[in-house]
Amino acid sequence: MSLLQVKNLIVEFPGRRGTLRALDDISFDIAPGEILGVVGESGAGKSLTGAAIIGLLEPPGRIVGGQILLEGERIDNLAYEQMRHIRGRKIGAIFQDPLTSLNPLYTVGQQLIETILTHLPVSAKEARRRAISLLEDTGISAAEQRIEHYPHQFSGGMRQRVVIALALAAEPRLIVADEPTTALDVSIQAQIIMLLKSICKKRGAAVMLITHDMGVIAETCDRVAVMYAGRIAEIGPVHEVINHPAHPYTEGLMAAIPDITIDRERLNQIDGAMPRLNAIPPGCAFNPRCPKVFDRCTQDRPDLMPAGATRAACWLHDAHAGVAG
Amino acid sequence: MTAKKVTSVGVLVQAHDLAMTFDVSPPWLNRVIEGKPRLLLNAVDGVSFEIEKGKTLALVGESGCGKSTVARLLVGLYEPTRGDFTFDGQDAHAAFKTPQGRQLRRRIQMIFQDPYASLNPRWIVEDIVGEPLKEHGLITDEAELKVRVGELLKSVGLSPLDGPKYPHQFSGGQRQRISIARALATEPEFLVCDEPTSALDVSVQAQVLNIMKDLQRERGLTYLFISHNLAVVRHVSDQVGVMYLGRLVELADKQTLFASPKHPYTRMLLDAIPKMHDTGQARTPVQGEVPNPLNPPTGCTFHPRCPHVNDRCRAERPELLTIAGVKIACHAVQENRI
Repeated sequence: MSLLQVKNLIVEFPGRRGTLRALDDISFDIAPGEILGVVGESGAGKSLTGAAIIGLLEPPGRIVGGQILLEGERIDNLAYEQMRHIRGRKIGAIFQDPLTSLNPLYTVGQQLIETILTHLPVSAKEARRRAISLLEDTGISAAEQRIEHYPHQFSGGMRQRVVIALALAAEPRLIVADEPTTALDVSIQAQIIMLLKSICKKRGAAVMLITHDMGVIAETCDRVAVMYAGRIAEIGPVHEVINHPAHPYTEGLMAAIPDITIDRERLNQIDGAMPRLNAIPPGCAFNPRCPKVFDRCTQDRPDLMPAGATRAACWLHDAHAGVAG
Repeated sequence: MTAKKVTSVGVLVQAHDLAMTFDVSPPWLNRVIEGKPRLLLNAVDGVSFEIEKGKTLALVGESGCGKSTVARLLVGLYEPTRGDFTFDGQDAHAAFKTPQGRQLRRRIQMIFQDPYASLNPRWIVEDIVGEPLKEHGLITDEAELKVRVGELLKSVGLSPLDGPKYPHQFSGGQRQRISIARALATEPEFLVCDEPTSALDVSVQAQVLNIMKDLQRERGLTYLFISHNLAVVRHVSDQVGVMYLGRLVELADKQTLFASPKHPYTRMLLDAIPKMHDTGQARTPVQGEVPNPLNPPTGCTFHPRCPHVNDRCRAERPELLTIAGVKIACHAVQENRI
């Protein structure tokens, strides 16, 4: 059974000039122990999907349709207090900036121990022991001493390790990691990604990894979902999506990324920009920028359909029409 | 458009032993009462390079390595504490102080990282792009100015009709094109680009990089391109300089650097980049982080993280020497140990 199921999720932001639909009919699931990558450009709705799952949508944003199920039980309609018990205990969260996700007034140890005591039935002494072993697991040397330190006494990479330890403190089944390495330098980024991958595999936690960096996805994830204008454009095994993209947007995106191993005179560019939420064109949202657009794209909105080894929301892959080039 | 044809190939930009030290001491009273010493931060510590006309030198490195400080030194936003910068044969920092310095500033322009912060939100695009022209007294006639601004906007893929709009009406990529149009207004020969695409999404980044390359070809522009993204650097540059804690550790042609990186730090940087097309391959991430620049390690500043370290590395600072056409500062390479 899937650990997390998201079914037809719709998130809207009511505003003075009408309601903006930021997530439109998103469906996917994550298996236990799986790492699902979510990529897309700014404003595609990837962080919002993560926020909806951990129940931290900023008002006035709200879920107006669909369901989110964790281990078969709905979590999208829980009361705040009930959700608080799930957050941390069953779903851990890692955010982009490690400095703002740690409380500067408490030592790292106090924060870890508090989290463990809140969610797990253990003694204070046991909680401290666990906190130290968590820090050791995340590669912080001299954990016994470091546990007494405040966040500002750690460097950027070390802070992100503490945040990972904190997310794993109550042994959650799912980690939602929203751009966990974006604020870090490349050499540190590699360390953190490897750590996240190995520690989650070891503990059997599934990960939803939100990032805009395709390289990070390629190295870390089992499957990847590509988002565009509040919808999933393509979802499938990571090798397939990268090497044989089925959706023209994914194809353009892959060709636009400068590759460290290849010399190219010009980068492939997707002309134009992603539409604003209040101006999403009818039919497929990508149709004004799509090189393969045809009549149907401007009229009907495609849903995810099988396209080779992946699933893509593109009429090119409609079983009744021609096959994609 | 007045595109200049570059026929002669020569060195346009020459930096010699540039250094910039910032005084980050605590306030005077604290120093007196608490007995704290003066604190100096060597942001850039003796950097030398040359850029040929019409070519691109890229500087790469992690945060705090001094690459942005080099950019600011070259456009004259900072005055170096040591060393000099020669532009087209004249000492630029001496010239910046004279009345003729304006002439020089016209020829050197800068593109900044954040297109949200580098455009005045209360000005319309026409004024933003036209300001350098007015400031340098190049065009005084209003009608002529409008035409010229329209041409500039067209050259970066925007429409002359965008002139009366405000920056907030544009997306990030379009804003970065406005800053490019502004930088191009005075027909500079040398553009200093400080992370021009790192705030942009990949599909938009591709648009901006392509425009920058087209403009270079059309106008024979010379670029100093600063970035932390080696894949972008590979795409735009002719030469690449790798910086670590305020010093150049390797300076080589693009082809040479990416085909056979010599310095252990360059190798580490290249190895640290997640690769798109060989998934699942395990890498050995380099341990450790960039040390505190206020208290840099002795000898070679990279030695605490270097796998090829020996006693000489810990004690003696390596010079930037030319070995087989590549400038490199590493004892291990110079001694043929690696």
